[in-house]
Amino acid sequence: MPKYLILKHYRGTPATVNDVPMDRWTPEEVDAHMQFMADFGQRLEESGEYVDGQALSPEGAFVRAGDARGTPVTDGPFAETKDLIAGWYIVDVDGWDRAAALAGELSLAPGAGGKPIHEWLEVRPFYGAPSATQD
Amino acid sequence: MDPFDELPLRELVPAVIGVLVRRGADFATAEDAVQDALVEAVRTFGDTGVPRDPKGWLVTVAWRRFLDVVRSDTARQRREVAIDAEPEVGPTEDVDGTLRIFFLCAHPALTPASAVALTLRAVAGLTTRQIAEAYLVPEATMAQRISRAKRTVTGGSFDRPGELHTVRRVLYLVFNEGYTGDVDLAAEAIRLTRQLARLSTSPETDGLLALMQLHHARRSARTRPDGTLVPLAEQDRALWDTDLITEGVAILQAALARERRGEFQLQAAIAALHADAATTGETDWVQVVQWYDELLALTGSPVVRLNRAIAVGEADGARAGLAALAEVDPHLPRHRAAAAYLHEQAGDLATAARLYAEAAPLATNVAERTHLTRQAARLNTHSS
Repeated sequence: MPKYLILKHYRGTPATVNDVPMDRWTPEEVDAHMQFMADFGQRLEESGEYVDGQALSPEGAFVRAGDARGTPVTDGPFAETKDLIAGWYIVDVDGWDRAAALAGELSLAPGAGGKPIHEWLEVRPFYGAPSATQD
Repeated sequence: MDPFDELPLRELVPAVIGVLVRRGADFATAEDAVQDALVEAVRTFGDTGVPRDPKGWLVTVAWRRFLDVVRSDTARQRREVAIDAEPEVGPTEDVDGTLRIFFLCAHPALTPASAVALTLRAVAGLTTRQIAEAYLVPEATMAQRISRAKRTVTGGSFDRPGELHTVRRVLYLVFNEGYTGDVDLAAEAIRLTRQLARLSTSPETDGLLALMQLHHARRSARTRPDGTLVPLAEQDRALWDTDLITEGVAILQAALARERRGEFQLQAAIAALHADAATTGETDWVQVVQWYDELLALTGSPVVRLNRAIAVGEADGARAGLAALAEVDPHLPRHRAAAAYLHEQAGDLATAARLYAEAAPLATNVAERTHLTRQAARLNTHSS
């Protein structure tokens, strides 16, 4: 079965339908959102499609070698305009259609007013290992 | 059949390794041999029941296993002759042997992550798989970390006693990392600290034990079923484990009476004052601040300074708390969250909401981030 990465972004995606920032929701709406996310992860585990899920802090920086010895040079914190990944799910599913369907489901997480956010999620296939019959 | 309780066996692990090492085995091979013996024991005793002398059983099986390994390694044949004699060991040596394993696993040459991993294997008797699951890393990664750690300490000073404070530091790390998987690391840390306190009396080890117990007692009140955090002020104190609190307080009092105060005793004293109060309002904040003063004088720690500022806010009012916070390095991870809290207490809700929102992305875990976002949301949607 192919694996897909479902990426959540802090920013850098097109605008969402319901894009009120979270600290402007009511506490109950925050709870409902968290519950939705927890339930989604739970359902993935139950369907045998869950591989990994992690959340990334927005802190951090770009780093590159500044000289031949690899002395790190950093560029950070991230500028406002840069795309910023917030976290991911890795799912092991039958194919693209199922991965896209899951992303669609996740995109409906409730936001302000309890209405779905319609958040943009990035879905990317993993390269797999060459198959045993491939030559 | 009843589920087999392997805990009493795991308690014997460091002593058994100690016996093998005293008989001339190198630590790394001895440790592997004892792990194998433990697996064998769990398999066998589940059917036959635990023998009268489980430690003797483990020593015999582990020693046999060790000899098999050595004999299969031709390069070591010369050494085999020297170690085939099996000196008997007495109970005092047993205590020393166990303690030496504690020291070795917390060796200062090890990184904290390596010391934690090695301690959980050679002192706690957990399998590499269990440790890997607890720290969410692949088993192969954890196996590598442990074998590197063993190479680092092998050939080291097994005969020289180590320092208790390095062991305490490692046990505190085990406790603090929380837990995932099927092993409760906090409970393991408490068990090992209790064992350490038995092996070598020190008020500071008792202080660490009390500190762990007092925090552990609050555990089921600290999070909601959905994983979100419940701040101390809002915790349902009926959920606190009063037996554990009573035990922690008694251990702490006996330790403090010995008048050799250390960081863990002072932290435990603060935890005890929280545990003692029926509500946050009834907490003796003046005394909490006094303990923080002593802790600050001892450690100079910026984190202590930050926590002290919050306590000052409770004892002398939010304005005093903010004044104390002004003395604290603003780059500390929880500085903005503390400032938000104190501003809210001072009645400046707009500033508090802004600071909570700014503090959320700086959190080091999702539960804390959600909690801070929720605090901002609460103020933003109720004050506008």
